Amino acid sequence: MKHFFRRKSSREVAKDRLKILLISDRVNCSPEMMELIKTDIAKVISKYMKIDSANMEIQINTKGAKGTRKKNPTLYANIPILDLHKQ
Amino acid sequence: MSEVIVVTSGKGGVGKTTTTANVGTGLAKMGKKVCLIDTDIGLRNLDVVMGLENRIVYNLVDVVEGSCRVKQALIKDKRNPGLYLMPSAQTRDKSSVTPGQMIKVIEHLKDQFDYVILDCPAGIEQGFQNAIAGAERALVVTTPEVSAIRDADRIIGLLEANGFKQMDLIINRMRMDMVRRGDMMSASDVVDILAVPLIGVIPDDENVVIATNQGEPLVDGPSPAGKAYQNVVLRVQGKEVPFMNFDRGISFWTRVTGIFHKA
Repeated sequence: MKHFFRRKSSREVAKDRLKILLISDRVNCSPEMMELIKTDIAKVISKYMKIDSANMEIQINTKGAKGTRKKNPTLYANIPILDLHKQ
Repeated sequence: MSEVIVVTSGKGGVGKTTTTANVGTGLAKMGKKVCLIDTDIGLRNLDVVMGLENRIVYNLVDVVEGSCRVKQALIKDKRNPGLYLMPSAQTRDKSSVTPGQMIKVIEHLKDQFDYVILDCPAGIEQGFQNAIAGAERALVVTTPEVSAIRDADRIIGLLEANGFKQMDLIINRMRMDMVRRGDMMSASDVVDILAVPLIGVIPDDENVVIATNQGEPLVDGPSPAGKAYQNVVLRVQGKEVPFMNFDRGISFWTRVTGIFHKA
């Protein structure tokens, strides 16, 4: 029975850690630039609706066909909206 | 038609020099004319791995500075006709050579050899830039560890940015017993992550240490690593060779218990 409750093997841990690590390594985008993009996006969206800019998150991910190195980076933004109608 | 191949890894100590020595020797044993160039200026090692450390008179920096002709710096291998080594300088640093000068030296050697193989230093600084400057093909060496794989990924990115079309992966120091236990990434795990074609898997083999002690590459010999390197030599020439199964030598009992452990 012990086998069924075994924790993740170190091989899987290594694979998972590397996958996440390499995404940020490959994107090569500085944290300062990400911060600038974030404030600019918040500014634009704020023109139309009330958002929680303190809790918004942005990140760049790569998704592409498996087994190829040519991956398209995608910008994900998670912006909590406080009020859809500004007035 | 000659080919210029750089052996690189990013991280140090994963087996670049051993790979250079064995692949080069293997190609020479098959009748090719091969020139190995140690580009690790200040920390030369390829000469000791080849067992040629006592024959060095001139080196790469002497050639670049014009203190000697290219031919004078080439050391003929003890055992294999057609195999030559251009040693690096031990008392200088990486800035003694520029990428432009490397290209010149390689252009000169290309006419006389079937294969020019460059042993790249660790890191991504000038030494790396020098080593890749004249090459058109790369062998990226890594081990199944997170640190080595991360560095290999960075190197592959840099090679792509420098216009390399052909890059092949060598996974060194593979331990099948650990893979089976779930404590080491398998070759396919590593290929999955790095997404470059695999050209060889070298088992972790104590014979590599013995061969290095003796200054004799073990390619083409009876040891597991020697056989694995021989397969790399064949694949480098475009021949298709099935990947080895390192399971041999494991007792029946381990196999039976291994099945239960997989559950």
